[in-house]
Amino acid sequence: VKLLIFSLRTFTKKSTKIDSLLLDKHGDYIAAYGSKKDDYEYTLSEYLRMSGIYWGLTVMDLMSQLPRMNRQEIIDFIKACQHDCGGISASIGHDPHLLYTLSAVQILCLYDSVDALDVDRVVEYVKGLQQEDGSFAGDKWGEIDTRFSFCAVATLALLGKMDTINVDKAVEFVLSCMNFDGGFGCRPGSESHAGQIYCCTGFLSLTGQLHQLNADLLGWWLCERQLPSGGLNGRPEKLPDVCYSWWVLASLKIIGRIHWIDKAKLRMFILACQDEETGGFADRPGDMVDPFHTLFGVAGLSLLGDEQIKAVNPVLCMPEDVLQRIGLQPDLLS
Amino acid sequence: MSGVEATSTEPLQVKEDQEFDVEAEDHLGDDYVVDPTRYMFYRDRKEWADLEPVRQDDGPNPVVKIAYSEKFSDVYDYFRALLKNDEKSERAFALTADAIELNAANYTVWHYRRVLLQALSKDLREEMRYITAIIEEQPKNYQVWHHRRMVVEWLNDPSEELEFIADILSQDAKNYHAWQHRQWVIQEYKLWDDELEFVENLLEEDVRNNSAWNQRHFVISHTTGFSDAAIVEREIQYCLNQIKKAPHNESAWNYLKGMLQDRGMSSQPGLLERVLELKETHCSPYLLAFLFDCYEDALENSVQRENAEEDERKETLKKALEICELLAQEKDTIRKEYWQFLGRSLKNRFVTDFSQSKGFSSRAV
Repeated sequence: VKLLIFSLRTFTKKSTKIDSLLLDKHGDYIAAYGSKKDDYEYTLSEYLRMSGIYWGLTVMDLMSQLPRMNRQEIIDFIKACQHDCGGISASIGHDPHLLYTLSAVQILCLYDSVDALDVDRVVEYVKGLQQEDGSFAGDKWGEIDTRFSFCAVATLALLGKMDTINVDKAVEFVLSCMNFDGGFGCRPGSESHAGQIYCCTGFLSLTGQLHQLNADLLGWWLCERQLPSGGLNGRPEKLPDVCYSWWVLASLKIIGRIHWIDKAKLRMFILACQDEETGGFADRPGDMVDPFHTLFGVAGLSLLGDEQIKAVNPVLCMPEDVLQRIGLQPDLLS
Repeated sequence: MSGVEATSTEPLQVKEDQEFDVEAEDHLGDDYVVDPTRYMFYRDRKEWADLEPVRQDDGPNPVVKIAYSEKFSDVYDYFRALLKNDEKSERAFALTADAIELNAANYTVWHYRRVLLQALSKDLREEMRYITAIIEEQPKNYQVWHHRRMVVEWLNDPSEELEFIADILSQDAKNYHAWQHRQWVIQEYKLWDDELEFVENLLEEDVRNNSAWNQRHFVISHTTGFSDAAIVEREIQYCLNQIKKAPHNESAWNYLKGMLQDRGMSSQPGLLERVLELKETHCSPYLLAFLFDCYEDALENSVQRENAEEDERKETLKKALEICELLAQEKDTIRKEYWQFLGRSLKNRFVTDFSQSKGFSSRAV
């Protein structure tokens, strides 16, 4: 029996164009997620549960609805996911990984409960994943990707422990992934891709190296992602997707060129990705919603200046007030 | 930031009026109902009777009560039991295949399978056949590709890779994972020889394939390099030919610009003229942007040359600014802010220059 991962399923829905932000519906959607009938989908995504919780909590906080979520249960869940090596897994019984280590730390920052973890061990775990060339593996199996460079420095920055890794070498590796078009891929030579670009610009912000970018060249590549529909794609000749509205937009904000895209048209596209029946956002208008796209739709709208939503930090995709509390203000170019 | 990006980074080419039968994927139990001899739950298998299945644990006070499909919970209950006992056996290995079939994105299952592959000294050639079949079914998943890479490394045998990846790319020529794997294989095992030809074939099929253009740059920069003038000329010719076939091609223009920007656009004799010629019949916002870059580069160079014709410089500046206007107001209005920014920066850099030479104040316009 062929199995398709849930987010690949699409079907048409006839709906009128949505032009207002349905914040209450999105809050209801996230609050109920996991207890709705389509449990199979929830089960399938267990391998990324920690990130799923981060997406849900962050968007709820941005919509000022965080109290609707169950703080203590989540903190207890995270405690149960920290392994002896210090790394944190997506769920109980799963193996630790940098991706879920970052998500866990982000959640605990939202809840001001970082002490639920053995922080020193987390730091040891992250440090242990740095390779000789400065890159980071995602876990002990050695997959190398600039996403993991970002996860590593973001985790350490949130914990105030950036000096424990070889930052210079880490920077050297990320810069070696810069391409002829000014963008970044997952490894040296890899095609430029908006998701990877977000990770690399975020990385360079956290390590104070934004001046190494060619901001005009990269900014142009990024604003070229905007299609006539107003939506943004992730690389040339691909379809728009609401999550790129975050990765492209956040990257532009970091390099000080967010005004190079047509904000009104992008806002219209993002709003059209809402589902007025179920709440939540889909990757593009008419598709099925999920928490991932819901976070990035709302976060994108926040970057565009929607005042009903809290300010979001473009580097860490967390509410600005949380970072202010921690005292973390990553660099941005002007 | 997680594994689900594997699907999100590859948006489907969805036609507006296409509908999918969503129901078909949900009924995993159908196999069992239709033919009871084909699949038996682990809890009913005699040879598994010694193992105590471990129920799903969502934490101290589960947030939700989850109802899984029967087959899924049966397999994963036994998977968790194996993990708990750290069992390294043939039956454990067989079960990982069932677990993967149910959820190929579960990285813990893949880890465990790799541990078993080594602990049981399994036949890696057979594993290659297995992972080939899995990737054919689910080509947009980080774990399957990483697993394949590990097996290729263990075997130290890349001989099947290029053909396999070509097959996957024939189904989706932009599959990001497939391209990364291809780059790794080629670099690791030095399989450069036929790659340029491969890239050209793909571009014949779809000249807008950005991944193929990226691969072209990858191959050339790692083999001949771009410093040889003959190579550069060949590539320029190639780009212009492709552009003639499909003028609105971001990738081709990005490639051309990317190749030339370090040495300078105006370093190429005759290029400007060729682009101006192309403008008459194959214009696009990208062509205009490229022209702008040529003019900008010419202005930068003229600043160095003391005997540069001032009228010529003013003319170049005027043409460059006209392009910005045209793009901002007419040809690429969605990026109006960017084109206006370019125009302003150009004026700031070069109008001062001219003013100074006429003895005016050096304040930027």
